[in-house]
Amino acid sequence: MSGWSPAASVRPVKDLLGPSETITGNRGLQLEEKLIFEQDSPGHCGVDLPEPAPFRCRLGGLERQGAIGLPGLSEPQIVRHFTRLSQKNYAIDTGLYPLGSCTMKHNPRLNEKLARLPGLADIHPLQPVSTVPGALELIDTLAYWLKTLTGLPAIALSPAAGAHGELCGIMTIRSALEARGDRRSRVLVPESAHGTNPATAAACGYAVDPIPANGSGRVDRAALEAKLGLDVAALMLTNPNTCGLFENEIHEIAAAVHATGAFFYCDGANFNAIVGRVRPADLGIDCMHLNLHKTFSTPHGGGGPGSGPVALSSNLAPYAPLPWIIHGPGGLELIEQREGPAEHVLGRLKGFHGQMGMFVRALAYMMSHGADGLRQVAEDAVLNANYLRTRLEDDISLSFPGACMHEVLFDDRFLKDSGITTLDFAKALIDEGYHPMTMYFPLIVHGAMLIEPTETESKASLDQFIGVVKGLAAKAQSGDPSRFSNAPVLTPRRRLDETTAARKPVLRWRPDPAQREAAE
Amino acid sequence: MRYLPLTERDRGEMLAAIGVDSIDALFADVPQAARLDGLLDLPRATGEIEVERQISRMAARNVAAGSAPFFVGAGAYRHHIPAAVDHLIQRGEFLTSYTPYQPEISQGTLQYLFEFQTQVALLTGMEVANASLYDGATACAEAVMMASRVTGRRKAVLSGGLHPHYREVCETYARFVGFEITADDPAPGRQGVAPLVDRDTSCVVVQNPDFYGEVRDYSGLARICHDAGALLVVVVTEILSLGALRPPGEMGADIVAAEGQSLGNALNFGGPYVGLFATRDKFVRQMPGRLVGQTVDAEGRRGWVLTLSTREQHIRRERATSNVCTNSGLCALAFTIHLGLLGEAGLTRLARLNHAAAVDLAERLERVPGLHLVNRAFFNEFALRLSRPAAEIVETLASRGVLAGVPVSRFYPGQEKLSGILLVAATEMTTADDMDRLEQGLREVLS
Repeated sequence: MSGWSPAASVRPVKDLLGPSETITGNRGLQLEEKLIFEQDSPGHCGVDLPEPAPFRCRLGGLERQGAIGLPGLSEPQIVRHFTRLSQKNYAIDTGLYPLGSCTMKHNPRLNEKLARLPGLADIHPLQPVSTVPGALELIDTLAYWLKTLTGLPAIALSPAAGAHGELCGIMTIRSALEARGDRRSRVLVPESAHGTNPATAAACGYAVDPIPANGSGRVDRAALEAKLGLDVAALMLTNPNTCGLFENEIHEIAAAVHATGAFFYCDGANFNAIVGRVRPADLGIDCMHLNLHKTFSTPHGGGGPGSGPVALSSNLAPYAPLPWIIHGPGGLELIEQREGPAEHVLGRLKGFHGQMGMFVRALAYMMSHGADGLRQVAEDAVLNANYLRTRLEDDISLSFPGACMHEVLFDDRFLKDSGITTLDFAKALIDEGYHPMTMYFPLIVHGAMLIEPTETESKASLDQFIGVVKGLAAKAQSGDPSRFSNAPVLTPRRRLDETTAARKPVLRWRPDPAQREAAE
Repeated sequence: MRYLPLTERDRGEMLAAIGVDSIDALFADVPQAARLDGLLDLPRATGEIEVERQISRMAARNVAAGSAPFFVGAGAYRHHIPAAVDHLIQRGEFLTSYTPYQPEISQGTLQYLFEFQTQVALLTGMEVANASLYDGATACAEAVMMASRVTGRRKAVLSGGLHPHYREVCETYARFVGFEITADDPAPGRQGVAPLVDRDTSCVVVQNPDFYGEVRDYSGLARICHDAGALLVVVVTEILSLGALRPPGEMGADIVAAEGQSLGNALNFGGPYVGLFATRDKFVRQMPGRLVGQTVDAEGRRGWVLTLSTREQHIRRERATSNVCTNSGLCALAFTIHLGLLGEAGLTRLARLNHAAAVDLAERLERVPGLHLVNRAFFNEFALRLSRPAAEIVETLASRGVLAGVPVSRFYPGQEKLSGILLVAATEMTTADDMDRLEQGLREVLS
């Protein structure tokens, strides 16, 4: 659904922009950069290490024979290489990043500084617990904030990302059900859900039963109730949902789910819309993961690491995975084994204790904002999204009328008969200096464009973006599809051939045969 | 609040543009009973000075590894991280970018992930590697699941020498999908998995060096597995060992699941780390996680994209090879930069330094009465059998300012025969003075 393949007709950039060929292939500040493997100076090294004094090798005769094949580069070459690579990336630090359901907000640098304090970064997960009381205190403080914000009484902290949190939540639900001798086989998942939801339910051994949306972009309650039954283990619902809408019948939905003995799981990817204004527990939710890398601003880092703690109701808490931190008679205790209060636990989902580095950043973020600042986060996130909605709904087609939450969903009806697709429109935004919105998701509208500005954009930034989208929409109507179908043209690379990449995968560098022969 | 750019005036203008009186009108879909009118009972917004003070106070209550003689390993290792690594990964273009779904403006991330995949394949001796998973333990569980998809069988055999956290994560992942996990006795020195392999076995999971630090040759086991139609999964928890040891790919491994923390990543009390996952080309479409592939752009120039994504949850939903989405991108970058700085010469020298430190330490400790070395061969970590419970010894030495290692009883509290076993690691960070202090401390407490 995305990408380009050679079948499409493409005009070279020089036809579009005039001659731009250079000797190097560089274009001003856009610098071509080879792979590190192509910059090898054999024997060279970017780290000065001493040679050890003579010693008796005790590797049992299993020493590596022959070279590994790693290139040798000095420090300046490495620093330049990775700096040049960085300059080929779009980032929040460089501009608005309106990816819907991804919550690309500012990442405060204080949080980076604190995560690197030696007392937090340079401690080992298995050094004696008596030498890390501050680590337990920090984790417990984070848990206290998350419990207060969700209204749920327990937090499982070890999941490493949102999808891992989902796995934790659904496995915990299954453990609780089986502990009461209740074997169920289905999990209900709305069609608008993230792909991780059905994948998670399947990984927990459940059949996935999709629930359609109604005409207002919310769960079709009648369809949901018709699918509920004693074999349903859980409903997995995202709220606000991926159309950017609050599920306004959530109390009725929760009651219906609970009436059959099932659990109500909430995907917390969109918690940013309601943090500090609504506690998930007050919506009837039993279990919800929180993406610390979304709502609580730990950096996305080009795709991770994340952290996905799971808030749990009191009837799920005894089944939460290890490890636990509990308040014991002598202070905080780390429970790592399935015994005592933890005898019913699910097991372990990850090595060691969770994403401590992310905990530090998230706690610093929450302490900085406070109860008042977090509530303001939700309000400004919702205000910014609605401002975009109001200013753009006459230019591009709004999928569902009325107020939205922290993100707003448009679709491709405004491009009808223009010869321009959602993909083309998104790629044209790139030439204007913007990362596109989320495209083709959720699946319930045609050619979806899901925009989430977040609370850390100024009004001036939104106004500029609005102007660009309006301008592109006007150009799309005026009938010059080639501007769109060729876009982007000003980037380090133009559209890439994804079809060939998948058909004949090249997933690693290999020396070309002549080079290899010369080396040998 | 310093992170929020809207002014009160902006908010007023924006509400007017939207056509509502107050922000509350935008939350009208929230049922009345669930709306919080006031603030939650949490502290109010706090300035940078005070946040730094409060978190620094918590940090100061911990004993940092660098402040004491330090011998703790068991799956996470303290190594030197060159200053350039942490500088480069904090460039905003890396730190604050998303998953590279728009390749035209993500070539930086895509290219380093392609370099990462190549480095992991080279180190492990495998043909292909993915763009990372959460950590070594989850990579191991994903390997077990993948072996089942490849073989169509549902029984995994885990070595007793596999890190107990890895075993536990495999058991959790397998628990609800009708999968049988057989784990061998965890006693050190045991090699009991071969007799457990049969025609129903999907894979055998072993570790090298194993949990007790023992270096092993799994070539024979690989043949047994392959004869039975099973896959051999080799786990590596100390990736630096592959700077010195024969890689799993040369021993016949079908999948390698590893922890990459040792290169570029701090201890961080257990996370975030970086899971490495490598396999054979023929299994690539059964792999979990993201893959970056080389291709060309509209003008024929080389570039990179996420590829084979029809395996993944955002396309295939409940039929995906894994539910994983976010991985460990930035930790993979740290790994790639550190390994880039080391190169062939630096990595092999660093591995020699580690082995030399461990040999030096073993030779000193072998002279201490009341303990003996369990291992025949080891890399930078080994097991000692003490005449007294290791947990007590570690606690006593910690109170004297020496972090002596990991008592195996922390993982197997009920197993009396393991209570005397202590895992001790030495790296390039370990000094002769540190070793003196451990040796002296053990002499005192064991006498």
